[in-house]
Amino acid sequence: MGSLTGFRRFARMALGGALLLLATGVVGDSAVTEGSKAAGLETCVAPTAEIRRNHMDYLKHDRDATVRKGIRDTRFSLAECVQCHAERDSAGTYKPVNAEGQFCESCHSYVAVNLTCFQCHSKTPEGANGNSSAGVGGGAGELRALGLLPSVDRSLSLSRDELARLHAATHTTSRGN
Amino acid sequence: MSHNSDQPDLRRRDFIGKTVLAAGAASIAPGVMLTMANAGSDEGVSSKVRWGMLIDTNKCADGCSACVAACNQENGIDLIERPAGQSDAMWDAQRPQWVRKVKLKDNLTGEITNLPMMCQHCEHPPCVDVCPTGASFKRADGLVLVDRHTCIGCRYCMMACPYKARSFIHQDVASQRTGTPRGKGCVESCTLCVQRLDAGDQTTACQDACNREGHQAILFGDLKNPDSEIARALKAYHSRQIRADLELNTGVRYTNI
Repeated sequence: MGSLTGFRRFARMALGGALLLLATGVVGDSAVTEGSKAAGLETCVAPTAEIRRNHMDYLKHDRDATVRKGIRDTRFSLAECVQCHAERDSAGTYKPVNAEGQFCESCHSYVAVNLTCFQCHSKTPEGANGNSSAGVGGGAGELRALGLLPSVDRSLSLSRDELARLHAATHTTSRGN
Repeated sequence: MSHNSDQPDLRRRDFIGKTVLAAGAASIAPGVMLTMANAGSDEGVSSKVRWGMLIDTNKCADGCSACVAACNQENGIDLIERPAGQSDAMWDAQRPQWVRKVKLKDNLTGEITNLPMMCQHCEHPPCVDVCPTGASFKRADGLVLVDRHTCIGCRYCMMACPYKARSFIHQDVASQRTGTPRGKGCVESCTLCVQRLDAGDQTTACQDACNREGHQAILFGDLKNPDSEIARALKAYHSRQIRADLELNTGVRYTNI
């Protein structure tokens, strides 16, 4: 009997350990590439979960404001996405964000969604020779959370209700447009 | 009311979030907060402004194409590569050109006139009239633009334009400039350097190039502001619209033709 309890305890611990590993795996599973400006930033223009779910709607809404009304200071901008997420190689040249393994492509190929933005839009930030101010190296090393996904040791600042409300609100907005 | 089925269950996600999510005001960089606070000005461009151009054909030099080169560079037209195996004639006929140098000769007197020809940014643009999707549109500040997101490439607007100002992109484009997206299957034309205007600049690439060459044939500005240089020049000198008979009220005017 005693050995069975021991076995159960072991099984639970193993399960717990596996879950922990899984959770850690999720933390490390960010598409943000090292060597991009985003890798040195703590968060995107909105919480990561929100951006992941809604970025297409946000961009679609704001593109009309930009093209039709000339509003260029929108909260969401494809040019800004590229600015932050384009990775630079050791020579300082930007890699296209839709190249294999890069920020946009890695998720889009995983979920099998065509990425058509870059048929027309620039895939690299302006100043492709590496003369722009995108931070590489230096500060990127300190934040091992790899940019958008915050690390485990930080406390959760958004409550569940806040998050739900935020999500519901943005969802309604995107439908409304 | 429950969430839509395509939405994630946030309560469940929050459970994982105890270990994964830590986004919040404390960890958001101050710069990002600032951006969020400032973003979303709803007004956009105003119809109190109408951008226009006055071109002095006497000053437009024969053989000079600085405006065309500057336009090509500013708007990424020079990044378009010629498709493999395309003939010279086809390439010249099909490559996009936002501004062209036109040379006129009066057969009676032999007088030669040079002028740059581009989208005339009409008040009543025929291209907008014929567009079946609403992709061709006139912005509040008078710019006639193409929304590539809705352009289906039917090219009705190219047929309708009396100035032959529009181009069609026939092939895939490998690289673009950030301010001027471009892709296969859409129509495009002069935007009066909208990316500059929206950034607060009040000159166009062609005007800058013409001034650099010392010709100063192109004057750009706000037609509705009576104190602007262009409005004063229009008041002082006789200018013409090309094809004024169409009563399109063009934003680009010419003197000495």
